Amino acid sequence: MTVDSSPTSAAVAGSPRRPPRMPSGPGRQRGLTIAGVAFRTPYWVFTGAVAVVFLFPLVWTAVASVSPQAGTNQVTGWGFGNYATLADYQAGIWRYLANSAFVSLLTVALTLLISFLGGYAFARFRFPGRNLLFLLTLAILMVPYATLLIPLYVLLNEVGLQNSLVGVALVLTMFQLPFSTFLMRISFEAVPRELDEAAMVDGCSSFSALWRVLVPAVKPGLITVGLFAFLAAWNDFMAPLILINDSERMTLPLAVSNLRGQVQGVVDYGATEAGVVVLALPCIVLFLLLQRHYVRGFMSGALKG
Amino acid sequence: MNVDAPSRTSSATTRGGFRPSRRQALLGWIYATPTAVFVVALFLVPLLLVIKMSLSRWPLLSGDQGPNAPDNFTKAIDHRFFTDSVVFTIKYTVIATVLLLLLGLGMALLVQESSRWNNLLRASFLVPSALGLASASLLFYVLYSPYASPFAPVMESLGITFLGSPNAALFSTVFLIVWRYAGFYMVLMLVGLQSIPADVFEAARSDGATRWQTFRSITLPLLRPTLALTTVLCVTGSLLAFEQFYILTKGGPDNSTITVVQLIYMIAFQGQNDLGVAAALSVIVLAALVLINALQLRAFRSEEN
Repeated sequence: MTVDSSPTSAAVAGSPRRPPRMPSGPGRQRGLTIAGVAFRTPYWVFTGAVAVVFLFPLVWTAVASVSPQAGTNQVTGWGFGNYATLADYQAGIWRYLANSAFVSLLTVALTLLISFLGGYAFARFRFPGRNLLFLLTLAILMVPYATLLIPLYVLLNEVGLQNSLVGVALVLTMFQLPFSTFLMRISFEAVPRELDEAAMVDGCSSFSALWRVLVPAVKPGLITVGLFAFLAAWNDFMAPLILINDSERMTLPLAVSNLRGQVQGVVDYGATEAGVVVLALPCIVLFLLLQRHYVRGFMSGALKG
Repeated sequence: MNVDAPSRTSSATTRGGFRPSRRQALLGWIYATPTAVFVVALFLVPLLLVIKMSLSRWPLLSGDQGPNAPDNFTKAIDHRFFTDSVVFTIKYTVIATVLLLLLGLGMALLVQESSRWNNLLRASFLVPSALGLASASLLFYVLYSPYASPFAPVMESLGITFLGSPNAALFSTVFLIVWRYAGFYMVLMLVGLQSIPADVFEAARSDGATRWQTFRSITLPLLRPTLALTTVLCVTGSLLAFEQFYILTKGGPDNSTITVVQLIYMIAFQGQNDLGVAAALSVIVLAALVLINALQLRAFRSEEN
């Protein structure tokens, strides 16, 4: 796989590339000699402590969310009371989960389709306006989200898509385009032209060559684009906060954040913890499954800037 | 790859004249059309609209619209929170950027060598960046509460609260941001470190350079492009801070943690309901960001020469 073996793809998950060697330091001690262990123990203790700082908030929240003493710092016994409160909250958690799933899946589908076709066009065809359109797509990065939400609110209102989950998905897709189009363009450029041209010579139409030959070839790029589109949509807070005002149509992050301070001074900490777990679980599962694609995404995300 | 590409076509013939260029241009445009539609409808039009709005009367609920330049801009600048929010946002940006870049680099250096233990550490530093910013903020909202926090007894005996005073609220939020983003910057630094050729380090070692000398005169200068990129990313992101303060502090205590983007939201949707003034403030933020990015990139480039 040409795309897969790019140097950036393996930075975290066990790099096949030779890591730069420092002149001295803990890393140079190989094998468990007594001197080596003595030398490395402080390093293990220190880095392990840092890792605990990073993992503690997640672990504690997961444990506290199944503790019956909601709103206290006593984590004893266990039960699903917090989840029950969350499930009964306002329109019900299933409603909010369905809203979030709908926005996320629509955003993923649109982002994949548009950036796949766009990346193909930018990588393989010369057409008038090609460079201008690509630059404009990247320029979306220069104009941050937050500064365009006011006019987007007015525009979507104008076309009847305000207070609509489809409107939210359209906005989220637009903001995914610089990253996804850029990544798909690189993915296509890494596939030799001979591959699809040969298929076309053999009688495939350009579209079926695209579908049968290029989709498998750029699959890693598509997975990364889909992963980041899903995470962006699942976790987005600002677009639904501004575009949605019907509590039936809130997405999950919005619903969970409303648990604090709906009634003056009353915060259901336990249900908030349960909500955080529900929000974080898909993200962490995807992280564990697709670590390599995470790093690729971070890299292309950084390159584009 | 599960496609058998026949090898009899050479790219020379196909590139030479197999595909007529008009057909190529047409196909290119067909594939690029969805991108163009999104970029025009959801990026260019809102961009022009925000400028128009900033120069017009534009109440949230329908009312008389018409040019009123430059009233919106003077109203935005005269807003009672304008100066405070600008000063606070800059202060937050400086603190967050310095901490994130130092920690990101430090963590990258710690886990630079590939080993099983280091791969585990990298993964645990990176897990928080799988969470959405809103979920992470909600998680810390509970972790920082005086009731449900596991640190509550310690904090109580010390007589401080995480979010109770302006400074405590600022640094508590910075801690959340460091927790959420340090792993992300670590990955960018790791890739930057990997791009430094190993022979440079070996040459330094054979010349008898100490670790600190190697770091100062080899690692840091060769890492400059990475440092430039991460600084721009971090500054841009921090200047647009919203969710972390909206969820954690709600701008408090005593309106001490209102960021500029939060002020846009307040003007547009809370109280004033004046989209024209909010648009004017958006335009100011936009212009400032473009200017700051240009200055930063230029500063880094001229240092290089």
